[in-house]
Amino acid sequence: MSRVPHLSRRTFLASAAAVGGALALGFDIPLAPRAVRASESRAEITVWIVIEPDDGVIIRVAKSEMGQGIFTALPMLVAEELECDWSKVKAEFASPHENRSRNRAWGNMSTGASRSITASQHDLRRAGATAREMLIAAAAACWDVPAGECTAANSVITHGPSGRTTTFGRVATQAAEIPPPAQVQLKDPKDWKLIGTRQRRLDVPDKVTGKPIYAIDVHLPGMLYAAIVQCPVFKGTVRSIDETPLAGMKGIRRVVRLPDAVAVVADTWWGAKKAAETLQVTWDFADYAGVSSHTIRAELRAGLSAGDARIGRNDGDVDRALAQAAKRIEADYEVPFLGHATMEPQNCTAHVTPDRVEIWVPTQDGETALAIAADAAGVPAGKVVVHKMMLGCGFGRRGIFQDFVRQAVLIAKEVSGPVKLVWTREEDTRHGFYRPVASARMTAGLDADGIPIAWKIRTSGQSIIAAVSPRVMQFGVDRNFLQGLLEDMPYQVPNYRVDFAMRNTHVPVGVWRSVNHSQNAFFKESFVDEMAHAAAADPYLFRRTLLASKPKELAVLDAAAAHAEWGSPLPPGLFRGIALHDSQSSICAQVVEASVDRDGEVRVHRVVSAIDAGHVVNPLSVELQTESAIVFGLTAALYGEITIKHGQVEQSNFHDYPMLRLADMPRVETVIVPSEGSWGGAGETPVPPLAPALCNAIFAATGKRIRSLPLKNHDLRSA
Amino acid sequence: MGGKVTRLTVNGQAHDIDVDSDMPLLWVLRDTLGLMGTKFGCGIAQCGACTVHVDGAPVRSCALPIGAVGDKQITTIEGLGSDDALHPVQRAWVEHDVPQCGYCQSGMIMAVAALLQENPSPTDADINAAITNICRCGSYQRIRAAIHAAASQRVSGIKSP
Repeated sequence: MSRVPHLSRRTFLASAAAVGGALALGFDIPLAPRAVRASESRAEITVWIVIEPDDGVIIRVAKSEMGQGIFTALPMLVAEELECDWSKVKAEFASPHENRSRNRAWGNMSTGASRSITASQHDLRRAGATAREMLIAAAAACWDVPAGECTAANSVITHGPSGRTTTFGRVATQAAEIPPPAQVQLKDPKDWKLIGTRQRRLDVPDKVTGKPIYAIDVHLPGMLYAAIVQCPVFKGTVRSIDETPLAGMKGIRRVVRLPDAVAVVADTWWGAKKAAETLQVTWDFADYAGVSSHTIRAELRAGLSAGDARIGRNDGDVDRALAQAAKRIEADYEVPFLGHATMEPQNCTAHVTPDRVEIWVPTQDGETALAIAADAAGVPAGKVVVHKMMLGCGFGRRGIFQDFVRQAVLIAKEVSGPVKLVWTREEDTRHGFYRPVASARMTAGLDADGIPIAWKIRTSGQSIIAAVSPRVMQFGVDRNFLQGLLEDMPYQVPNYRVDFAMRNTHVPVGVWRSVNHSQNAFFKESFVDEMAHAAAADPYLFRRTLLASKPKELAVLDAAAAHAEWGSPLPPGLFRGIALHDSQSSICAQVVEASVDRDGEVRVHRVVSAIDAGHVVNPLSVELQTESAIVFGLTAALYGEITIKHGQVEQSNFHDYPMLRLADMPRVETVIVPSEGSWGGAGETPVPPLAPALCNAIFAATGKRIRSLPLKNHDLRSA
Repeated sequence: MGGKVTRLTVNGQAHDIDVDSDMPLLWVLRDTLGLMGTKFGCGIAQCGACTVHVDGAPVRSCALPIGAVGDKQITTIEGLGSDDALHPVQRAWVEHDVPQCGYCQSGMIMAVAALLQENPSPTDADINAAITNICRCGSYQRIRAAIHAAASQRVSGIKSP
């Protein structure tokens, strides 16, 4: 990693440290003290690390923090090798425009697919080791001794033979001038001291005191506010706008017409919102006003027996094996669109001047935000400055598309001064990039001993890849749609086929925490339970049989079952369900304990979630992400459903797109299965097993097999 | 902006506000006074991200028109505790590692602080009934533990893990 000397370091460093980490944002909020720039004495040692004279360590984070904990875990990877005092570490975001001007020194900033640690761990550990060697070399030069006689620990460098010591802060300036070593030795994992230990999150102090750390909190001098109304029918456009209703409304600055939306800019956001809702807009709905969930469902169902499916995996001869099976079972499954519902609604602040475009944005990919802003403004990328902020949730909503960035820049072009665009919750609910609709027809053949010898899976639904990057389609197959059902299908069935009949709609789809694993795990794990039932086998032991050659999956399944005391008696009314799913290079198995009362009300009492995520950097992060993923999965399983009528989303806010609340929170117990030699994700992996484990518990409780979600649509009352 | 001037007391400080009387307290706090700790989540009093105290009671400020506040005392997260002197609920939040994305936590903390003021040792059922704010990150399990900890005065300051 080469060191780029002093290139606009001054601007870059105006951030966290001097204001006590309160504003780890890479820019000045007007409310913040101005003293932050008095830090020219800080030394940059590799692009990732700045050491201050008082031994403060700033570690830069290239990924976005949306709650998943990388603002802490990524610095831990650096600090492990740096041998610094963890209590002196503060984190700050590396900025996308600096990344661009410094030849992508911080690499890919896209944050998703639970890949932040997996994709960064090597570079970050190497940066820490490199900086440590530079600091040691600087101290050795000061003392005129061989560097090999010096060691570093806890931000202190010690010369072994003489016992002399110095601190990182005292030699940092000299270290910054030393050429980085070409090669460094990374620690053996068994020697890790910080990685693998529970560490409090570095961002928590700001988050309990209400600091203005989110993009929606940006408050600039002379700032105007924008509210937006988008065409209720997707792919529709603005035909005409009647502004006469705005007559007499004060503080209205501008009505901005976009191809598919109208924005109002005003002195206050409240004023802008009222005006936007008062405007009379005539829309052109194109040909989509007739589309409904009913017509979409019919298309997907037709796809389950259509001839145009593309094969994803094909082992043995599934049709022949089915014909020979002693017992054959078949079932159709389906799931609806789902919205992200990030707690912080979509928003972006933009300031467009002749020389520069500046944006403040909740983004999962600051480089994409930069590219979109440049494109919308019609300026070279080098003129765009992107301020990455803490995200009030992400879940995949703010990475690929970032429609709110384009809108904010287009609006800001029409006014002088900065403008903050904030969507209402209604706009947010109705203009997402939804988890796709999907259906599956499952067919299995069991032999006389109840062992599955054939498994045929036909899927039908909407492709994310077709919308996002059609070039990724392999021979016309969106393999991403079959996540969890291809080579990553853990169960061994000798004759196996999975194919996909793509059925795209006009509803925009995107990545939603765990992406296509979310529905495929529901299909697969529910149907494995159906197979177990058909074989009159215990669902846990049946899975064990199919995992005989998969020791890692077996270990995770066993860990969940053991911790949940699978098979032991439960209090009356409680029933267990189990599921296992591989995703994001990790394995997760869950046991759900649920009850269904006489009125059909489902209650989840306890979830045991076992995960093999390879090396775990911060076990606290894995626990938090497990709890979070279970709430995410449970919310979707119980209530989650975006429906379409007249081409539009029917839901609008939390009253009709409800979220799990505290009263319905089950007890969650996370079991981290010890694992070495690999790295995996943790943010998404515990989402997919939740719905099937719950539905399998409901089957145990009621004998009713749930083959569609959400559960609120099912009548589970006792007969 | 056409409203009448309203005197508003926030965190013990009086402000003269000139906005439309139907403007919700949330937007006065955020956009007029620059107090950004109180969050916008839904605008219809569903999620609680905007919870503040009005004369000590938890109120969802997104649905409270400024004209209806009168001379009542408003407390926001900025007035609850400070970096150097956290409120016991904030301390419990740190000790129990509650926040993830953190966006809803100002409202959660305000709702819980009001609950504990009213009911110093709430049962689980009391907590279920009183704390109906939405947290999309799913911090509920830790919230419950932190509430019990704050209630039983077991919070002893920030310790290293």
